[in-house]
Amino acid sequence: MCDTCGCNITDGNAHLVKPGGKLSLTASGNEAVSVLRSLLHENDHAAAHNRSHFDEHGVLAINLMSSPGAGKTALLEATIQALGDRYRFAVVEGDLETENDAERIRRHGIPAVQITTGSACHLDAHMVHDALHELNLDDIDVLFIENVGNLVCPASFDLGQHLNVTLLSVPEGDDKPAKYPVIFRVADLVLLTKADLLPVLDDFSPEKAEQNLRNLASEAPLYTVTVKSVLALESWLNWLKAEVKAQRARVAKGETSQPAIQPEGAALHESSPL
Amino acid sequence: MHELAICQALMDQVDQIVLEQHATGVAKIILQIGPLSGVEPHLLKQAFPLASAGTLAEHSLLEIKPQAIEVECSKCSQRTLAKPNRLVCGACGDWKTRLISGDEMLLESVELICEEEMNHV
Ligand SMILES: Nc1nc2c(ncn2[C@@H]2O[C@H](COP(=O)(O)OP(=O)(O)OP(=O)(O)O)[C@@H](O)[C@H]2O)c(=O)[nH]1
Ligand SMILES: [Mg+2]
Ligand SMILES: [Zn+2]
Ligand SMILES: [Zn+2]
Repeated sequence: MCDTCGCNITDGNAHLVKPGGKLSLTASGNEAVSVLRSLLHENDHAAAHNRSHFDEHGVLAINLMSSPGAGKTALLEATIQALGDRYRFAVVEGDLETENDAERIRRHGIPAVQITTGSACHLDAHMVHDALHELNLDDIDVLFIENVGNLVCPASFDLGQHLNVTLLSVPEGDDKPAKYPVIFRVADLVLLTKADLLPVLDDFSPEKAEQNLRNLASEAPLYTVTVKSVLALESWLNWLKAEVKAQRARVAKGETSQPAIQPEGAALHESSPL
Repeated sequence: MHELAICQALMDQVDQIVLEQHATGVAKIILQIGPLSGVEPHLLKQAFPLASAGTLAEHSLLEIKPQAIEVECSKCSQRTLAKPNRLVCGACGDWKTRLISGDEMLLESVELICEEEMNHV
């Protein structure tokens, strides 16, 4: 399908792609086929396909990742309350064992699709694609994908989102970006959640958390928020408004975007949906 | 453990290559895995026997080539080696760097077994 698309030929391995065909003989006489393709090639294609669905319908898709209980669903509920009059929201829930999170969202009159694919530790692009069939994308301005609470597995799977938001809740400690670099490195925005607990958990230093994030060469903004006060959500709500605007401008021009940090090969899929 | 899902995706790709090349089996599969890919090589190795059972690559060898993390500094342009949670420039210490390698999650190559009678074509 796309043997020639060059996915995943990075600066680091380009020298391995030798001219003169893909096949060579090994010492034992076996045929060696050079491939150099992402292990998640199929997923990356499905993700690009999802993204083109979103763009066609003018939807901004945001993937929320964090450890279990960092406050993803609470943040969504607060966001719906604050901006529900302004934007049409929808949520895809990756809480694989229960319907709890989807029910919490639906209570606000917002469509929520529960992905029920067993006890997987992450969402993949195919699961999200199936969930999209249960939504009318024309009626949605912002689609949140609440990933499975896990600081490791979700980071490797592109879902077709435009942006990644990674949450770090104050009770988890300020060293988490150093311990889970992969998931914090791919974030376009990091939210320090449950900031109302900072006075109690006084060994948490937002400055250290930020330093640990910058050590990952991340330029992502880092906002301190809590759902306990609307005021303390303003930075996040303003960011969201700006991103909706940016997505509308892109859609008008027929352009798209994806999270700033991508496996280099995945970027090459943007022009070739399934 | 997402390594099993990733390993199953790998087996689908390998099976497809075996069929395309009209081979009869697989001797060896070579991967490149960087520390920033989010994939643990030893978990991938553990998942491999399970994922490959019943596929055309059952009993093949899985070789994983670890990749070094290298960053390029946007200030001094030097390329230096780095650690997963410290991607700062090794020369001048600036944190604004670009990743050159270290996030690979690649199927590098597949060594196929082709039986004699299939070679006379
Ligand atoms: N004090 C305080 N508690 C919060 C805040 N946000 C969330 N919580 C609490 O943290 C707990 C978990 O919140 P959830 O929103 O369910 O977290 P989640 O990330 O969606 O959890 P999973 O989907 O299970 O991974 C709940 O008891 C929330 O009330 C906050 O800003 N401050
Ligand atoms: Mg939740
Ligand atoms: Zn491709
Ligand atoms: Zn430098």
